[in-house]
Amino acid sequence: MSYLYYPGCSLKSTGRAYEESMLAVFEHLQLPLEELEDWNCCGATAYMAISELKAFALSARNFALAEKQAGGAGEINMVVPCAACYLGLNKAYRYLKEHADLQKTILKALKAAGLSYSDHLRIRHPLDILANDISPDRIKEAVSRPLEGLKVACYYGCQIVRPYADFDDQHEPVIMDKLLRLLGAEVVDWPLKTRCCGGSLTGTVEDVGLRLSYILLKEAKKRGCDVIATACPLCQFNLECYQSQIGRKYGNGNDIAVAYFTQLMGAAFGIAEHDLGLQRLFVPLHLQGTGDKVTGGQYVSR
Amino acid sequence: MSAAENKTNGIPKIGVYVCHCGINIAGKVNVPEAVEFAAKLPNVAVAREYKFMCSDPGQEIIQNDIREGLINRVVVASCSPLMHETTFRTAMAAGGGNPFLFQMANIREHVSWVTPDKPAGTQKAKALIAAAVERVARHVPLEKTRVPVNPDVLIVGGGIAGIHAALTIANAGKKVYLVEKEPTIGGHMAKFDKTFPTLDCSACILTPKMSSVRAHPNITLWTYSEVVGVEGFVGNFRIQVKRKPRYVDEDLCVGCLECIESCVYKKGRISDEFNVGLSKRKPIYVPFPQATPLVAVIDPESCAELKTGKCKKPCMDACEPKAINFKQTEEIKEVSAGAIILATGFRTFDAARVKRYGYGKYPNVYTSLEVERLVNAAGPTGGEVIMSNGEKPKKVGIVHCVGSRDAHTNKYCSRVCCMYSLKLAHLIKERTGAEIYNFYIDMRTPGKGYEEFYDRLLQEDVHFIRGRVAEISDWTMTPEEEGKLIIRAEDTLVGAVRRIPVDMVVLSVGLEPRADADEVRRLFNISCSHEGWFLERHPKLAPVSTFTEGVYLAGACQGPKDIPDSVAQAGAAAAEALALIDKGHVELEPNTAFIREEFCSGCKTCLMLCPYSAISFNSEKNTAEVNGALCKGCGTCVAACPSGALQQNLFTDEQIYCEIKGVVNYV
Repeated sequence: MSYLYYPGCSLKSTGRAYEESMLAVFEHLQLPLEELEDWNCCGATAYMAISELKAFALSARNFALAEKQAGGAGEINMVVPCAACYLGLNKAYRYLKEHADLQKTILKALKAAGLSYSDHLRIRHPLDILANDISPDRIKEAVSRPLEGLKVACYYGCQIVRPYADFDDQHEPVIMDKLLRLLGAEVVDWPLKTRCCGGSLTGTVEDVGLRLSYILLKEAKKRGCDVIATACPLCQFNLECYQSQIGRKYGNGNDIAVAYFTQLMGAAFGIAEHDLGLQRLFVPLHLQGTGDKVTGGQYVSR
Repeated sequence: MSAAENKTNGIPKIGVYVCHCGINIAGKVNVPEAVEFAAKLPNVAVAREYKFMCSDPGQEIIQNDIREGLINRVVVASCSPLMHETTFRTAMAAGGGNPFLFQMANIREHVSWVTPDKPAGTQKAKALIAAAVERVARHVPLEKTRVPVNPDVLIVGGGIAGIHAALTIANAGKKVYLVEKEPTIGGHMAKFDKTFPTLDCSACILTPKMSSVRAHPNITLWTYSEVVGVEGFVGNFRIQVKRKPRYVDEDLCVGCLECIESCVYKKGRISDEFNVGLSKRKPIYVPFPQATPLVAVIDPESCAELKTGKCKKPCMDACEPKAINFKQTEEIKEVSAGAIILATGFRTFDAARVKRYGYGKYPNVYTSLEVERLVNAAGPTGGEVIMSNGEKPKKVGIVHCVGSRDAHTNKYCSRVCCMYSLKLAHLIKERTGAEIYNFYIDMRTPGKGYEEFYDRLLQEDVHFIRGRVAEISDWTMTPEEEGKLIIRAEDTLVGAVRRIPVDMVVLSVGLEPRADADEVRRLFNISCSHEGWFLERHPKLAPVSTFTEGVYLAGACQGPKDIPDSVAQAGAAAAEALALIDKGHVELEPNTAFIREEFCSGCKTCLMLCPYSAISFNSEKNTAEVNGALCKGCGTCVAACPSGALQQNLFTDEQIYCEIKGVVNYV
C-alpha cells in the first residue's frame, strides 16, 4: 500500500520537525510515501469560521488532486499529520458525502478548474497507520535504541478523536500509548490526554490560552514525565514555546520537553537526531538510560 | 343472505368502507375521491366513507349492509390489521357474514402517516383499495377450529416478576413450573438493601414470597435450570428444561451448610457473584443466607474434586443426609403448558464502557449495584459503607445516567436510576454522615410517593448538581484536592464547569437487556425492540402479550422497570394467562397451509422446513399432510414447495396475484 502525503502549512513551517521525523520514520519502516503535488490549504480554522463553502471547496480541491495523482485506481490513503488538517479534511469529506446539494456545488466549482472528485479516499492520521497498517512486531523489530526509563505523557489534543473517532476511543484514546510502549517508553497515566492546549487562544485571549497550557504542563511534571508526546503542530507549539511565559506567570519551571511522537519513534529506531529535527526543540529532550541529551533551541526561522 | 348463497357466497358483492380516522387518514388522503374510485371497481356493490369505522356506528353500517343483502364481502380501508382486523371480522360475523370474506387496506400506517403529500397519498390509498377489492373477490368462507388448552403454566425467570406471577397463578389453583437459571430465586431484588420510596427492607418483603414459592403445592420450582426447547402452540406448548447438576441432591439437603464449612478451601477464593465480586466464596456455596431453595451448589469450574478427582472430599463426610453426589449429571425434563410467561429480567450496564468515569481504574469508583451490597447488612461489609482502604468516605459523588440517555451507549432512560440514586444518597448519608453530591441531567421521579422522597432528600441536605459529568480523574489542582477523585461536571444551573473533589464515586448504571436475550427471543419465537428488550404486542393495548399467542411478558425483560411496576405487570401477565386457561379452549386462525394432493410429488422438502412440526408424510399416498392444529400459517412450506402443491388459506396464489393486479392495474 502506498500513501499520499498531505503536509498542510504547519509541517512546512513551525512544525518542520514533525515533517522531518515523520518522513524519516515512514522511510525506516519502508512505508512508501509520496507528497501530494500542488496541495493547498485544508481550509481549516480561518476559512471554516468565515465561509464553510470556501473551506469545503479548498479541501475538495486536495481530494481531486489526490485522485488525479493516484491515477484513479482503488482506494487512496491520504496521510494527514496535522490534527487541524486531519479534522478539516475529514469534515469536508463527510459533508460532501452526506449532503448531495453541497457536493453538487463543489463538483461544479472543481469542474471549472478542470478537476473532479469521485470519493474513494481515506483521510488518515499517521497514528492510525503506524498502529493499524503495520504489525506491532514490525515496530518492535525496528527499535534499536529502546526508550527505556523515558517517562512519557501521551497528548492527543482535541481534534484527532473528536468528533470523528475513526480509530480510537473518543474520550480515552490509547493508540499512542500502545505505540510508545512498543518503543520501550514508560507511558504515564495522565488524565489530560484530550484536554485543550489553548489552541489559538494563546494568540487571541492570551491569559486563557496560557492557563490551559499551564494545566497540562504542570500535571505532566507532577506525574514525573520527562516528555510530552504530541501529534499536532499547534499543541506542540503552545506547550513548548510558551513555557518561559507560563513560568513567569505561574512560577513553574521552563523545563519539560515536548516532542512529536514521530520524533520519539525515530529516536528509538536509532535515526540520527538531526534527521528527526530534534535539534529544533527549545526544551532539550533527555533520552534516559543512554545518557543522551538532545540539545537545541534554535529558532525555526533562522 | 340465503343458506345456499352462504356456501359459495354467490356472486361477489363487495362493500368498501373508507375510514377518515379523524384527520389521521383524512388529513392526507382525499377520502371522498377514494370512495368514488372504489365504487367503480369490479364487483363493488357499495362504497361508503365514515369518520371512525371502528366505532360502534361504523361497524353497524357494515352489519346493516350485510343484513340487507347489499353485500357479501367487505373491504375496510383504515388502519393496520394488527389494530382492527379482529374488530371488523367480528362485526361481519355479527351481521351474518363469514368473517374471512374480509380484507383490510392499511391506508393509515402505510399511507397517511408516512406521506407529506395529499395527492400522492390519495393515489396510493386508491391502489391499496383496488388491491383489496381484487383480492377479497377471491376469498372463500373459512371456519375457525378449536383446540383444548393445557391448564399448566411455565414461567421463566425467578426474580420478583416471575415469583409474583407464579404465586398469582398457583393461588388460582393452576399448576406452575418456575424455571430459574441461577441456583436460587430472588433475582436482583434479593441484592438490594432497602427499596424506594418507603425504605422498607428488600429482603423482608421478598423472602416470604420466595418461601411461599418453594412451599406452594402448585409450584414446581426448578432452579439452576434453563429452557432449551419449545415446541407446539398456544394452549399446547411442550417445553424441554435442562437441569444443570448441582452435585447436591435437592431432596436430601437440609441446608445445614456443614459441607461449606468443611471444604478443603479454608477461605473463599472465587469471586462471589451475589456480592458482585466484592467478596469471595468457596467452590461449594449457597448464594446468600435466604437462598431458595436453601441447597448448596458446587461450582464445577473451581471444585478440586470435579476438576482433578483428587480431593479428599471432606464435604461428603460432613454431610449427614449424604446429599452430596459428584456423579450427578445434567437432566432434561419435558413439561407441557398452555401458557408461558417470560420474566427473564435485565442486566446492569457495564460501567467500564464509559472510560472517562474511571471504573476499574480508580478503586473508589463503585457501581450502584456494588454499593447496594455495601449498604446491605448481609453484604460483604456487614452494611458498612467503606472504601478500598477500609475508611468511611467523607464526600461521595453519585453520577446519574451512566450508560443511559447517551447516544454513545443507550439512548433510553433507564427509569430507576434517579430513584435508586436518591435512595443510596440517603443510605450512605445515614451510614457515614458523608456530604453527598448527586449529578443529574433531569430528576425523573414519576411514581407514587417518589416526588415526596426527592423532597425528603432535599431536606436532608444532599447536594444536587444539574449537568452531565464530563470525567472522573485523579487530576488535582490544589493541595486540598490531593488524594481525592475529582468529578468535573457542567453545572447548567450555575452556567459553569465545576470540579468537585470526593472520596468515593457511585456510578448509577442503567439497565440493559440480558446478554442472552436474543437466544431467549428465538427460543420462544418472539420479537425484540431494537435495543433488545422483548417486544409487547401493543405498548398500550396489549402490554404483556407478545406476537406469539400464549407467550406473555412480565417485568424488566420488556423494558426498564422498578419493583412496583414489575409486580403490577407480573400480575397482568398472570391474569392474561389465567384468562386463556380458564376459557378451556383456543380458537385457531384458519390461515393455515393445506395440500393439493394431486400436485404433491412427495419430495418432503416441506417436512424439514416446518418450524412447528405440523407436516407429516403419508407413505401410503406418498404425499405430505398438514396438521391444521399445529400449523401457524407462517407460509414457509408454501414458499418452498417446488410443485406448488402447498397452498395457504387467505394466501393462495390466486389471491396474491389478484392483489398485485389490483395495485398495478387500477392506478
